[in-house]
Amino acid sequence: MSALLTLSGVSKSFESGTRALEAIDLSVSPGEFVSLVGPSGCGKSTALRLIAGLIKPDKGAVVFSQGRPEIGFVFQEPTLMPWARALENARLPLDLEGMNRSKADETAARALARVGLAGFANAFPRELSGGMRMRVSVARAIASGPKLLLMDEPFAALDEFTRQALNDDLLKLWEEDQLTVIFVTHSVYESAYLSSRVAVMTPRPGKISADITLSSPRGRDPGYRLTPEFADSTRRITASLKRTTP
Amino acid sequence: MKWLIPIALGIAVLCCWEAAVHIEQIPPYVLPAPTAIWAAFTGNFASLMSSLWTTLRITLEAFILAVVGGVALAVLFSQSRIIETALYPYAVVLQVTPIVAIAPLVLIWVGFERIHLALLILAWLVAFFPILSNTTLGLRSANHDLIDLLRLHRASRWQILVRLQFPTALPYLLGAMKVSGGLALIGAVVAEFVAGSGTATGLAWRIVEAGNRLQIAKMFAALGLLSLLGISIFFALSLLEWALLHRWHESALKKQT
Repeated sequence: MSALLTLSGVSKSFESGTRALEAIDLSVSPGEFVSLVGPSGCGKSTALRLIAGLIKPDKGAVVFSQGRPEIGFVFQEPTLMPWARALENARLPLDLEGMNRSKADETAARALARVGLAGFANAFPRELSGGMRMRVSVARAIASGPKLLLMDEPFAALDEFTRQALNDDLLKLWEEDQLTVIFVTHSVYESAYLSSRVAVMTPRPGKISADITLSSPRGRDPGYRLTPEFADSTRRITASLKRTTP
Repeated sequence: MKWLIPIALGIAVLCCWEAAVHIEQIPPYVLPAPTAIWAAFTGNFASLMSSLWTTLRITLEAFILAVVGGVALAVLFSQSRIIETALYPYAVVLQVTPIVAIAPLVLIWVGFERIHLALLILAWLVAFFPILSNTTLGLRSANHDLIDLLRLHRASRWQILVRLQFPTALPYLLGAMKVSGGLALIGAVVAEFVAGSGTATGLAWRIVEAGNRLQIAKMFAALGLLSLLGISIFFALSLLEWALLHRWHESALKKQT
């Protein structure tokens, strides 16, 4: 299968002189769930922003083989507009592309329902819990029907129960919408649970030091955390991380 | 019931004041009794009301122009660093130069035959800066991740301004408006004092005039009206702030548990 996107020799430094990324090569096929795992400051977020086109690489290129697809982005924080209701927040990408009001309302309401917030369309962000805010953020990312979902440590600030529930919901969305997901995390367990592939990154300068292929996450449920396969995945990821961190 | 406490205190103070004036036989040109002030107010009702209207009009016009001009310039600043760098120091100069010192110059330039315009310019100068500086800060305070998200969805500068920067700046603007509303009134009063006799007919001039004639009760009446005007402006703007922010802003958040 041809790649959806390819990073070839991508390097990026910041004005401060920090070399965030050094000669990154990464190829992602349609339908993959790729996790970027590594310690803080290894350039994971920078890689995600480069793929989104929010920043330009100093060297190398990010190439989409079939043209740039519709992209959904989920940040570390829910980053909702506090003055807008849940539905208006989820509707934002649709408003920006100029979809008419009633159709946008309908589409955004469906996105909210899919993340389990059917009854909360009229709630303001401050009336929602942290987990629910993140759900609105995910609804906003999927509302415009993206092919590619970029997620920057989205569940890092949530408690363990909420995080696991959102992991399961995310896998369901990935499966139903045949999404390609690039997921940044520093949790080995989260990456082992969610991914079909894990790219381990090392800091200063950010490099990909290991590329671990796992089985397809299709149909995984919480029971998967008790299987030998899950234990083996976490062992492999942890071993690669150990090798890379001094 | 909380608001009853200051009102009860006010009434008590007025009663003591009235009693003290009568018992101590304080002459009315030193301290008139509240009843005498009320009599001066009703006796000069027509002229005081027309003066109130003059001052109110200048204050409101200066305030509205300050909001419009301040927001417009803040938008310009937020779109172009060069324009901000070039103009901001001059805005500061206008702000820090005392209005009383600029007033005579403005009066000469504009001319006493166009006194209304001169007063308007002076009141505007005082009210303008808080709007400009706070709105500029507010427009710059938009969440960077949200800006990135809008860019990702190919939003234009205009869309980012309207959908993100304006709502972010709104609490800043409303805060500045409460300051500016009071400043516009102060600017109008100071400008009238400087303009002096014969030309200005607002409340400030009534105070000067009554003072020259030792009509202390009338001075108090005019002073009371000025206070009422300031209080009304503040309450009106607080109400506006509440109406626009109470659904979503942190400042209106009731403490949970």
